[in-house]
Amino acid sequence: MNLRGLIPLAGFFVLVGFLAFSLTRDPSILPSELIDKPFPEFELANLAETDTLDASLLEGKVSLVNVFGSWCVACTVEHPQLMALKDETDLQLVGVDWRDTRENANRWLVRHGNPYDVVVFDPHSKLIVPLGITGAPETFVVDRSGQIRYKHIGVITPEIWDDTLRPLVESLQAVQ
Amino acid sequence: MARYLFIIFASVFFCVDPAYAQTTPEEYRAREIGAQLRCVVCQNQSIEESDAQLAEDMRLVVREQVEAGASNEAVIAYMRNNYGDYVLLKPPVQANTYVLWFLPFALALFGLLWFGLRSKRKSQFVETQAALSAEDQAILDDLMREDT
Repeated sequence: MNLRGLIPLAGFFVLVGFLAFSLTRDPSILPSELIDKPFPEFELANLAETDTLDASLLEGKVSLVNVFGSWCVACTVEHPQLMALKDETDLQLVGVDWRDTRENANRWLVRHGNPYDVVVFDPHSKLIVPLGITGAPETFVVDRSGQIRYKHIGVITPEIWDDTLRPLVESLQAVQ
Repeated sequence: MARYLFIIFASVFFCVDPAYAQTTPEEYRAREIGAQLRCVVCQNQSIEESDAQLAEDMRLVVREQVEAGASNEAVIAYMRNNYGDYVLLKPPVQANTYVLWFLPFALALFGLLWFGLRSKRKSQFVETQAALSAEDQAILDDLMREDT
């Protein structure tokens, strides 16, 4: 039997293999370039407009930096999980209110509850572009020295918290 | 009459895009940079072409940095640092993109080689066929004569 006729077929299957592999990958998830780099410098007002915040607010505490907006539907899905974290953990929860108005954001936080220890107000993406963010919600885990250790794109589900984020946060908190 | 028409048309011509008339060197440079940066939420438009809000914000960042005197390379490097290689519309030539850049040439070369080898082998085949020994030629001649 002449096997040489099968060469194009083999080539075809190699191609199909590559394509099938690509189908399993979500093209909207970009790798974060910022892992193990210091949190970018910024200087923005807080949501209440009473204070100016910068990256030093992340020093000394393990923090979860969560990008949200009152316009963001997926954020309302994620919200109960953040509320639970507020009670369960002694993490510093930092909100970044993106492309929002103070009025809408405050109303949203009253309606759904406010899990954040501090909210950075970023209506013009001043912090968003340095963070390499493409959409809300996105969440960064930042260690005590202010270094970004993990980036989660999308909603923090209970599974993601239990399986990925909690172990990481606990290991970071164990380091003094 | 013709003169008035000319003035009207000429004024329309000059009004088309005041933005272009006012293009400063900085703005020109910002557009040049923006055309090389991918809008990361649209995935196949540059930030100059896209109407996405994030693209708008990225355009502003580019303009801010250009105003501050940053070079084209510096602005692009800044964006690449934040968003990764993905933000570059033209993939850089580096270890993980060698396949992308060089596979087409490699395949073309391979195809040419294969084609060349094959046609060479075919011509050799024809030559050996053509060279009949004197004996075989005699037999063949006999057979041809029998037929007629």
